[in-house]
Amino acid sequence: MATHIDAAGVHYTPLNKEVRAAVAAGETEIVLDNVLGQRFIADGLVGEVTITVNGVAGGDLGMFMRGPTVVVHGNADHAPGNTMEAGTIVIHGSAGDAVAHSMRGGKVFVRDDIGYRGGIHMKAYHERRPYLVVGGEARPFLGEYMAGGMILLLRLNAVGPFAERGLASGIHGGEVFIRGEVEDRCLAVGAVRMPFGEEDRARIRPLVEEYCRYFGADAESILADDYTRIGPAGTRPFAGKYTWE
Amino acid sequence: MAIGSVPLRYKITIDPDRCMECGRCIENCPYGTFRKEGDRIVAVSRNCTACHRCIAMCPRDAITLVEHPVDYRSHPLWTPEAREAIYNQARTGGIILAGMGNAMPLPSIFDRLLLDACQVTNPSIDPLREPMELRTYLGKKPSKLAFRRTEAGDVELETKIAPNLMIETPIMIGHMSYGAISLNAQLALARAAHTAGTFMGTGEGGMHPDLYPYQKRLIVQVASGRFGVDIDYLNRGAAIEIKIGQGAKPGIGGHLPGEKVGPDVSRTRMIPEGSDAISPAPHHDIYSIEDLAQLVRSLKEATEWQKPVFVKIAAVHNAAAVAAGIARSGADAVVVDGFRGGTGAAPKVFRDHVGIPIEAAISAVDQKLRSQGIRNEVSVIASGGIRDAADVTKAIALGADAVYIGTAALVAMGCRVCGTCYRGLCPWGIATQRPDLVARLDPVREGEHVANLIHAWTMEVSELMGAAGINAIESLRGNRDRLRGYMLDEGMLQVLDVKTVGA
Repeated sequence: MATHIDAAGVHYTPLNKEVRAAVAAGETEIVLDNVLGQRFIADGLVGEVTITVNGVAGGDLGMFMRGPTVVVHGNADHAPGNTMEAGTIVIHGSAGDAVAHSMRGGKVFVRDDIGYRGGIHMKAYHERRPYLVVGGEARPFLGEYMAGGMILLLRLNAVGPFAERGLASGIHGGEVFIRGEVEDRCLAVGAVRMPFGEEDRARIRPLVEEYCRYFGADAESILADDYTRIGPAGTRPFAGKYTWE
Repeated sequence: MAIGSVPLRYKITIDPDRCMECGRCIENCPYGTFRKEGDRIVAVSRNCTACHRCIAMCPRDAITLVEHPVDYRSHPLWTPEAREAIYNQARTGGIILAGMGNAMPLPSIFDRLLLDACQVTNPSIDPLREPMELRTYLGKKPSKLAFRRTEAGDVELETKIAPNLMIETPIMIGHMSYGAISLNAQLALARAAHTAGTFMGTGEGGMHPDLYPYQKRLIVQVASGRFGVDIDYLNRGAAIEIKIGQGAKPGIGGHLPGEKVGPDVSRTRMIPEGSDAISPAPHHDIYSIEDLAQLVRSLKEATEWQKPVFVKIAAVHNAAAVAAGIARSGADAVVVDGFRGGTGAAPKVFRDHVGIPIEAAISAVDQKLRSQGIRNEVSVIASGGIRDAADVTKAIALGADAVYIGTAALVAMGCRVCGTCYRGLCPWGIATQRPDLVARLDPVREGEHVANLIHAWTMEVSELMGAAGINAIESLRGNRDRLRGYMLDEGMLQVLDVKTVGA
């Protein structure tokens, strides 16, 4: 039996306090009803718990989070998964800018669209690898300064090639997969196209299947399409920029 | 046309009558300035950085170092530095990197501010026999206090006081990351902070486990790259500092080159070995003062509102307005880093030409916060080129609550300010990750040296206060009447809100 918390009119601090207390008491399922823009839900939360958010989550959902699964039945404001360590965020809707900013581990799934700077500065460390999967569109600067992990942009309702600028500018680790074509002019400093082969299709398969499990699409037809794979030209994009005094 | 090499910067000579060919200079110089030729040691002056390690280690005082005279045609505009920078850039096509603080021969405002002292009418205080209060609390102060009477008739404080940091001296050690400096250097600083009853900053490189025993004295930093930042790191620190800007390089980010990201630095920063650690200029989630407020609150929320959050900015012309925004963002302190602030590496053009002096910035920030009635909302920490107790005292009189020292603490550990930190070969074991060089720095002994420095300066501040008839640092803060400007123009006196000498 899940713990239900009515978030109507509740400030984020008491709301988070209540969530933390429930997790500390051993609760593994929490449902937050009537969420209306409360920020910082599950901020810094550590533990094995599933939190269902009914409503629209405010900024920095799951920031610094390590472990929990957060399922949002609605949209999310900016930076869900900001500097997240481990766990899963599933958003049944769209999300704002800087989704998965500096995320170091765990997964973020967004059913529809995300704003600017998605997956910016995502990084990996040893076994920790972050994944951002977006079903719809992303705005410019996707994967900017990316240092590790994987971004998968499915563009399920797309017409024409991906045409948002600043794609993966300054990327020096990790990779971005975009379903379909990408216009050449979008690739920014340090970003290069890489071959997409069957091995790569096998690597994205679990993420596509997980996306379809959450949001109910057909994994095989999505996987059957062509993808553009983008990675770093090198791990030291700015090594040649400087000279000594 | 061939550019050729530029002239030597320094000239090293070895006195053959004194040298006993022990080879310590060869062992000690990581830049390869010395080598053995037959039965004598010769110096390759071109490699010298004036780090002074050879001179300090020579048992016979046989080594002499002089700045090498440059015989370009003299010209007031086309200085040797200007010409050599052009040769360098014409050859390489790169941005010139530089270390340490601003190297332009600009006048110091601190040196043109004179402290006051009491004479007969307003007696001075003798710190030898009078208690002097230098204890400082950093963080929000309530604008008023509310009390209530209990049923038992006692009086209880009703106002909830925000968490503050308590320091026994107004001098703290600024943020220098593991990566920029060695672990032994960080350990020495942490020990010094512990001994002196103050705090040190971790910089943006995470916290190495060897620093955990000192974590109550550490302020953890969150920069745009979020290196080493996780919930444990945030909970370990006594306070959290968001780095927006740095005095040595306002408006640009940080960049630790992959060569310096060895196994231990990699673990601490939580990035793969050998990869560049890029902290871009903006935080990707801060594009406005409202966004900054959101980051401040997210850090407080993550740590359950137990820790003060500082925001560090570079001293730039609109620093006062930004500080007012920071005060309203929920932050507990604003750190203002002046254009003399040090760095491990910055583009020379930024280090030398961007930003404003800390003296002007602090005064402007203090005045702005006072004029808006929000000075109590935020503490003000001054940093960037604090060289002695006089600078500390003047910074506080101009409106700072406390200061951060950086270069001065490194000098206390042996740094000779050679400005070559960016090469990662620091012979003193400070700005290097090379194990043999790091091992040269003894964290215990150098920790004592830094603690001694802070202790000595604290006593000097106390004496200066006593001379001015002030027995509590609270009474010195923003007390511009204890300062007079000497050879400063009217405009500057107005910015500083200080009277001229004789007035």
